[in-house]
Amino acid sequence: MKILVLMKMVPDIVEELEVAGDGTSLDQEYLRFIVNERDDYALEQALLLKDRLQAAVTVVAPEAPEIDDVLHTALAKGADRVIRVSGIAATAGTRSTASALATTLPGIPGVLPADLVLSGCQAIDDLDGFVAPLLAGALDLPYLGLVSRITVDPGAGTAVVAKEYAGGVMGRFEVALPAFLGVQGCEKPPRYVPIAKVRAAIASGGIEVVAAVSGPATTPLEVTAMAKPEAAGHAEMLEGSVRDVADKLADILAARGLL
Amino acid sequence: MATATVLETPDLTLDGLLATPEGRPLLSCIQCGTCAGTCPYGDVMRYTPRRLIGMLREGFIEEAIASDDLLTCVTCYDCWAKCPRGLHLTDVLLPLVKEQVLLRLPQVPAELQSALSNTMRYGNPMGESPRKRAAWVDGAGVPVPILRDLGRPVDVLWIVECYSAYYPRGQDNARATARVLAALGVDFAILGTEEKCAGECARLVGEKGLFDTLREQNMATFGKYEFASLLTSDPHAFDAFAYVYPSLGLDRPVDHTTPFLAARLDALRPRLTRELGYRVTYHDSCVLGRHNHMHDEPRRILEALPGVSLVEMTHNRDNTICCGGGGGGMWLDTHYKAKGHPRLSDRRVEEAAATGADVLAVSCPYEVPRFEDSLKVLGYDDRMVVRDVMELVAEALDD
Repeated sequence: MKILVLMKMVPDIVEELEVAGDGTSLDQEYLRFIVNERDDYALEQALLLKDRLQAAVTVVAPEAPEIDDVLHTALAKGADRVIRVSGIAATAGTRSTASALATTLPGIPGVLPADLVLSGCQAIDDLDGFVAPLLAGALDLPYLGLVSRITVDPGAGTAVVAKEYAGGVMGRFEVALPAFLGVQGCEKPPRYVPIAKVRAAIASGGIEVVAAVSGPATTPLEVTAMAKPEAAGHAEMLEGSVRDVADKLADILAARGLL
Repeated sequence: MATATVLETPDLTLDGLLATPEGRPLLSCIQCGTCAGTCPYGDVMRYTPRRLIGMLREGFIEEAIASDDLLTCVTCYDCWAKCPRGLHLTDVLLPLVKEQVLLRLPQVPAELQSALSNTMRYGNPMGESPRKRAAWVDGAGVPVPILRDLGRPVDVLWIVECYSAYYPRGQDNARATARVLAALGVDFAILGTEEKCAGECARLVGEKGLFDTLREQNMATFGKYEFASLLTSDPHAFDAFAYVYPSLGLDRPVDHTTPFLAARLDALRPRLTRELGYRVTYHDSCVLGRHNHMHDEPRRILEALPGVSLVEMTHNRDNTICCGGGGGGMWLDTHYKAKGHPRLSDRRVEEAAATGADVLAVSCPYEVPRFEDSLKVLGYDDRMVVRDVMELVAEALDD
């Protein structure tokens, strides 16, 4: 069984994000990038399925700062193949990114067709979660997003997934493979891999690099302005000693019928 | 990322283990059980140190590694100190086995996982931005030079370390230390945002790869500057710099702030004029005390403070009771609680409270949050506070 995992980097918000001088992008000077957390869960899900079903896991990621660390870590965790795609701009936007991946993936030997394509269902720079369903559509695969649990029946060629809805409602779906699943969470958090294994992965190399294949032109995303949210000053700051603040807090909670 | 090295996995057979210089001493163990008896968590481990060595020697290597008991080792150096054969359990043998445990564990406890990942990525277990590592300097009240900006060699490179740099109560310690160093006229500087964790607790919990990466990065940073000696606020960092970094070329003398100050006490004495009026009990830290035998230095400092009387806890000096923070313990409280293990810091604070002292004095940054938390949990926070020795000294300093 073949599983394809798509991962990407997003700005690391441990650093204060600043708007660059052009007023339309992030200041790059101190910007660091971190793996999209949902993609990390997608990889974890793929590795769990690999253990259970003797599947082969391939990871593909667009080139971005610090992506090699993520790819080496994926290898150390047990991914069989990791591929970095150059030429997809980080600022391309969801539509362009999905389009570029749709035209590039079929050309990489051995990647498609995959029985299961997994990717994070959203990212901090894609809160509406567009990339995954757009790509699924372009690859002509059924898409289910916000998936938190996947069981596969390889004999029947189907997967049963749990899909989250608002209000704590969970749906169970059965989908025929091949399918594209947008991962929200997984039965366990992403595993830890000792740094010694990652260093061994670095030593043995193993990241394949391919160039993106451009497809039909899409309207590029144009950012007209970027700004930090303005503080509107509606917060009431409680002053005083710890005791004073605790007392005021208790009064407020009681006054609002919460105690 | 740092230069990669090939993973050296000792051959996981008895012969393979014994072939390593670290594993060979296994043969010297006489199975007396002193280690198990003295281990603070010996009563809750399924495989105590004695049993573990016995199992390894009989070839039950897989079973030994499959157990997560080694996560319960808080590297307190008690077994190391008491072993009649002088086996280097805490610092050598156990980390060797723990490295295999971490590789095999199906699930590393979440808190520990975060601490290790954060240390790798940000140079500190809290996951704070490296750029904020020198934020404590504002409010120190004295100049704290950053070595990169200083542009000249310095006498003392002071490695502040993670908890003293980022944790609010640790920052109190850092500021107090800066005032004391200034009062002594020490020519010092800090690395500021270039500083990264020394990695000793990562090493002691079995993350040798993380330790090696940090060591390489830190040695590269040290190599950029000229300094006569290293000073640190963290006993674990002291151990790393004093015992492990030299093999990668660190050839400068290393000191911890407490013995450093003790050696210069006479120079500071005239300025220690504020009456403190405290009854103080001093907690010997596992690393500074039991491992490095620095018991007298902190006591001499405390006795030099005006209006301070010392009272000893039942377990002191080499018999001190661990706070539970070493070897990853700092990030395994939830894991221990889930298993129903008693909290070591609670045990220690009960002893402290029994002395009737007002102040529990410490020399290790882990101890402040751990003991302050235990004081609250046990309900003694109305009668006792925790202070680092340096905080007390700064309090006694004239302006």
